[in-house]
Amino acid sequence: MTGATEATAGASPAPEGRRKERLDRGLKVRTEGLYAVNSYREITYLVGPRLLLILGLAVLPLLLPNLYWQRVLCVAGAYALLAISFDFLANYVGLVCVGGAFMTGVGGFTAGIFTYYLHVPWPISILLGTVLGAALVTLIWLPSLPLRGIYFAILTFMFPFLARGVILALGILGGTEGLGPVAGMDNIWIENYLVIVVLLVAVFGLRRLVGEDAGIVLRGVKDNDMAVQASGISVTRTKAKGLFIGSLAGCFAGAYIVHLYNFMGTSLFATDYSILPIAAAVMGGSGTLAGPMLGALILTPLSELLRGFGQLRVVLYALVLVGFILFKPEGLLNWLTRKYHQFEKWTKV
Amino acid sequence: MNDEVILEIKGLTKQFGGVTAVNNVDLTLHRHDILGVIGPNGSGKTTLVNLITGFVKPTKGKIIYLGHNITGKTPHVIADRGIARTFQVMRPYATLAAYKNLIVPLSSPRVKRMVGGSLGDRDAVAIDILEEVGFERDAYVPYKLASSLPLGYLKRLELARCLALRPDLIICDEVFSGLSMAEIATMVPVMERLHDAGLTIIMIEHRLRELFRLANRVIVLNFGSKIADGVPAEVMEMEEVKAAYMGTEAVPC
Ligand SMILES: Nc1ncnc2c1ncn2[C@@H]1O[C@H](COP(=O)(O)OP(=O)(O)O)[C@@H](O)[C@H]1O
Ligand SMILES: [Mg+2]
Repeated sequence: MTGATEATAGASPAPEGRRKERLDRGLKVRTEGLYAVNSYREITYLVGPRLLLILGLAVLPLLLPNLYWQRVLCVAGAYALLAISFDFLANYVGLVCVGGAFMTGVGGFTAGIFTYYLHVPWPISILLGTVLGAALVTLIWLPSLPLRGIYFAILTFMFPFLARGVILALGILGGTEGLGPVAGMDNIWIENYLVIVVLLVAVFGLRRLVGEDAGIVLRGVKDNDMAVQASGISVTRTKAKGLFIGSLAGCFAGAYIVHLYNFMGTSLFATDYSILPIAAAVMGGSGTLAGPMLGALILTPLSELLRGFGQLRVVLYALVLVGFILFKPEGLLNWLTRKYHQFEKWTKV
Repeated sequence: MNDEVILEIKGLTKQFGGVTAVNNVDLTLHRHDILGVIGPNGSGKTTLVNLITGFVKPTKGKIIYLGHNITGKTPHVIADRGIARTFQVMRPYATLAAYKNLIVPLSSPRVKRMVGGSLGDRDAVAIDILEEVGFERDAYVPYKLASSLPLGYLKRLELARCLALRPDLIICDEVFSGLSMAEIATMVPVMERLHDAGLTIIMIEHRLRELFRLANRVIVLNFGSKIADGVPAEVMEMEEVKAAYMGTEAVPC
């Protein structure tokens, strides 16, 4: 709240008699909490990073050299939505969901069925895939919501394999072959900007939600679910609401991918959709929502470069995950935010 | 006191494996009572609270609240009916400011129902409630991060979280323990005001002097059984109570 000082931990060995101190910038204190913002400088300080994010994403497609990298941006956008979904569920609802691939699969097949069988126009299919898919995911995982921590994680991780197995064994929904062509967006600019707009809506929308009363109840469930029950609120119902909101992002990703590739098949349940978002979330900064998105936007192109090396991609995720957990557990965005708000100086002790 | 029975407990028993934590307890509570519950450590006081509030399911027995059988109901349903409780082990929503902790109960269906629509500015209501239990608004204490609050304020925050639910019955599990004499001296009038405002209160407390001043009735638990039930002055003098409660441990805590 105030300009608290804090000694740096570890890092470089401090010279005798001196110590590195971190101080909050005066502006940070002025622009948060009880104070009112009343100068251009303060407004810029607050709005600057947000504006940078919006403008950066807006010009990004224009800066890409060719169609190939524009396609990579689309895929990265889908992963970024999954990363945001993971971050929101893990840090604001207390559900560690390791089953992103189940969301892409359910969202993808739901949307794909509308387009492929019923010839519904793609924007409506994607919308239906997102909303109905999220409802379906929530319904299917409803019985597992009382499970805690690792048990919920394991269960959600198994679901994509289960769904894939059912489709392959019964030969339904295209079985091993998959179904196509699914009439898609078929315009790279629409494909790029659709995912960018949805990303911005997801990040800013969720960041706003977690600060509002409904979001505070969700966070309450994460912090202390017994106190929430003692306050006359059903924990299961609250978690279900949170899961539905988180699944919207994941199911959109699946619905979008189907209309990007003009194809739907069991690859929608691929384990990459479960794992990469977690690495991205850890790398970008847990609990920041925007950080995991940035993480995915960095990690996906990197993994794309390694496409020729097959399984090496998994090694990349693993290395990023382990590296950040060990050396920078706060993640990129938390680190950047700290640098933005604080300065360091040496003081005598 | 009022004659309306607010809570009736019949033959309530809870066994954890071989341990009988609560043993065949009967209890009738009238509206506007302040009931003190005392007993040595491990005598089943917290388990009794957990049974009434649904956090633990009884092995045997019945709990009737305002004429409804609430035995075996889930905690949020019981809270929704109007029974609020504090937790002996406090875990506030650490990442939130103190007043934001009250947003959870203030968003509950019960509160929505009781105010008949919108509460207006929930933040303002939350700060008013915190002020009632002794958070100094002028010193910006309600705005402090919950994780940074000292023990005394955490206990008050627990109490405030209960009040925000607009309960009829409030069960306080050792809200005075760990507090300094000065802090307790400020809490006693708070409890008196809540009682004057019409609340029925069950207080589990080791601080007998303050408890006996507040309570109009006291029960004593020992090894899960109720061994005494009466007005404070009588209970104080009973031989079994002296033996069970004060005999072995001079200063129970
Ligand atoms: N969840 C539980 N599982 C097993 N035993 C328990 C549990 N909760 C309480 N007990 C046992 O029940 C007895 C009563 O405990 P408790 O109600 O916490 O006592 P008090 O609050 O009076 O100190 C103790 O012997 C305790 O070990
Ligand atoms: Mg206890």
